Amino acid sequence: MMPLMDPMPNMLLSRYAESMVWLARYMERIENLARLIEVTEVFVRLRSATNGWQCIIDINCDDEVFRSQYDRVTAETIIRFYVLNRDNPNSIWCLASAARENARALRPLISTEMWTQLNVFTNFILSLRADDIPLARLSQLCTRIKQDCQTHTGVTEGTLYRDQAWLFYAIGKQIERGDQTTRLIDIKYHALLPTAEGIGSETDLSQWTAVLRSAAGYHAFRRLMPTRMDPAGVAGFLLMNEAFPRSLATALRHIHHALGLLRTDHGLRRAAPIIERVEHLRALLSGQTMEEIIIRGLHEFLDGMQGELATVQSLVADAFWRT
Amino acid sequence: MTSDSGQTQQQTAPPQRLLDGYDAGQTFCEFTRRGDAPPVIEMLRERLSNMDPARLAERARIAEAELFNLGITFTVYTERDAIDRILPFDLIPRVITAAEWTHLERGLRQRVNALNRFLWDIYHEQRVITDGIIPASLVLDNPNFRPEMRWFDPPCGTYVHICGTDIIRDQSGKFVVLEDNARTPSGVSYVIENRHMMRRCMPDLGAELDIQPVDEYGLRLQQTLASVAPPGIDHPGIVLLSPGTYNSAYFEHVFLAREMGVPLVEGRDLFVDDDRVFMRTISGPRPVHAIYRRIDDAFLDPEAFHPDSLLGVPGLMRAYKAGNVTLANAIGTGVADDKAVYAYLPRMIRYYFAEEPILDNVETRICAEPEDLQYTLDHLAELVVKPVGESGGYGMIIGPHATQAELDAFRIKLKDDPDNYISQPVIQLSTAPTLIDGRLEPRHVDLRPFTLTGSESWVLPGGLSRVALRRGSLVVNSSQGGGSKDTWVLAS
Repeated sequence: MMPLMDPMPNMLLSRYAESMVWLARYMERIENLARLIEVTEVFVRLRSATNGWQCIIDINCDDEVFRSQYDRVTAETIIRFYVLNRDNPNSIWCLASAARENARALRPLISTEMWTQLNVFTNFILSLRADDIPLARLSQLCTRIKQDCQTHTGVTEGTLYRDQAWLFYAIGKQIERGDQTTRLIDIKYHALLPTAEGIGSETDLSQWTAVLRSAAGYHAFRRLMPTRMDPAGVAGFLLMNEAFPRSLATALRHIHHALGLLRTDHGLRRAAPIIERVEHLRALLSGQTMEEIIIRGLHEFLDGMQGELATVQSLVADAFWRT
Repeated sequence: MTSDSGQTQQQTAPPQRLLDGYDAGQTFCEFTRRGDAPPVIEMLRERLSNMDPARLAERARIAEAELFNLGITFTVYTERDAIDRILPFDLIPRVITAAEWTHLERGLRQRVNALNRFLWDIYHEQRVITDGIIPASLVLDNPNFRPEMRWFDPPCGTYVHICGTDIIRDQSGKFVVLEDNARTPSGVSYVIENRHMMRRCMPDLGAELDIQPVDEYGLRLQQTLASVAPPGIDHPGIVLLSPGTYNSAYFEHVFLAREMGVPLVEGRDLFVDDDRVFMRTISGPRPVHAIYRRIDDAFLDPEAFHPDSLLGVPGLMRAYKAGNVTLANAIGTGVADDKAVYAYLPRMIRYYFAEEPILDNVETRICAEPEDLQYTLDHLAELVVKPVGESGGYGMIIGPHATQAELDAFRIKLKDDPDNYISQPVIQLSTAPTLIDGRLEPRHVDLRPFTLTGSESWVLPGGLSRVALRRGSLVVNSSQGGGSKDTWVLAS
């Protein structure tokens, strides 16, 4: 039986598209922040971080804001700043609040199950108090947040209708994931251990292991490269591996695919120039070896990629809602 | 051989049955009736009596947690927080028999037809005024009368597409209309969600009972809107226009948009070009032909009304008057649900249809009229006095429940601005058994059925039964401690 013709194809509201992108980004960012806090806590506990909790501030470029509110970098102030702080837009509290507002705006569009899970999750985060998270339970909390974010991903995958809204969701999620992965490499490579002499040391190895674990890539990496645990190997895996779900390459491939479907299946020609831009990025990434990137300057490369991802987001906004 | 077992038995109180000791006093109880309850209600009483009060209280807790998690809530904003509240939900349904419903349904159609006829008349020839049925000032000086609407012909002659009529039952069990809500009545989402909740929480109570379904409301609403869209359009673009996520009824807006399968838009999603309305989509502008708006007249179009409204759509009124878009409800319906105009509804029914009203009004005195004012002042302690333009139970006084100081203060307000008030006798609303702290106690209820009108009227079976959860309270509004119940209309 032929499906009934939709009398108004392509009628996704611009505002919904925008909210979809941001809902996906905020949820992905929460998951990554939870991963980051968890792995940093391990660094600090093992005393393997040269500057303790400071690195998490560096990676998010939050030094100035943090210093304006707290005198010292301690586990307690970090938890307050990154989990509970209502004035830090990058705290889990604020991110959950922003995710919630977008989800509220999207309620007419998303599945009831998606909304209900988001509602319960964000209500849980918004009701957290400092007393609820002593340091000893930080790791537990991060695990719960991670799992709730993954549940969100699963419910979304299993229930969200596959129209344009789904594609905008995918674009938002992958932009955020690509961005976060580049930041994760950056934290290790430049913030944790800035000196050349430490490279290859035991501390160095345990830190790379931790980075891989925080990106859920440790075992896959071991399987792929049983004999290696060096910067180029790990960074190359996180940036370029086409099979690893959190790699930059995978993120770019998904963005490219989603934009392609918007153009072909949904006839949105405004996607075309953005597709070209993403193709250019993919070529840039695959056109050089990890060793070459490191020699030319990994930090600069990562910075550049973050800027490019921001440009993609901005082009999507210009094409579909910022008119 | 000891007498222990006998002793133990004596110490154990007999199990408390749910309706034991239930006493509705002088009120008309929807459940126990006046001893002449139909067999179905007898059966429900029996089922209810066999339920374990503790288990029932547990079910109630689960139901309320579920409503919260599902986000079937209204949001209260403080300076720093957005707090989600549920409308308290009572597990014991309110039952309406088939015969009662037939009567109500006929009465509601008649009443909504009268409202639409009245609106057409006052925005056209104004015969109802020239024939002396209603004072001109009550209509023409009413702040909700919109002169812009004069000589405008809405499709099908329908102004009130969605009407919520507040109905109560007096001590004898007679249904009377308390007020009409002809602007943007809310509450229908709870009717449907309550039914879903009952199916999950109380499947045993309604098992094998033939209860009229409520699920088709969304489809009916969509059809109603499509039927009044400007003529000549095959697939009219329909939207629901909401003030946005900060509105306390936002959940209902979401619910209705989903049930209708139409986009929920805010003012910023729409624009008017060449007197036509469009919405902003990712593939550019898409035409909109019918708008179920949940924004008051005054905020709908900054060009025509409040110039500083950010909620509305500039130029919407132009597009509307050009006949390029239909608004539901129409502009200017607020004059018909004014509490003073209400008093004239029975006369309008006789005037327009040469019929007797099927549903009576509550006896109402209009304080703008000197005799009625004097009566009201003389009997203030016995009456309910309400401001004519308010809703939600705000600004009213219930004489028998007020202190002397409150009465004195109100008397001054009333004398200062008598035109703003009407008075009615206090009616002991009917009661229904309600679960309070694990026991069933009588609580006062009202009923808000919803009537949809395009080219003809359809009434959603039942409606929203609101319940005043405070003992003895007659105020059922959610803003004042009210909750709700599922409403069962028996099919036979």
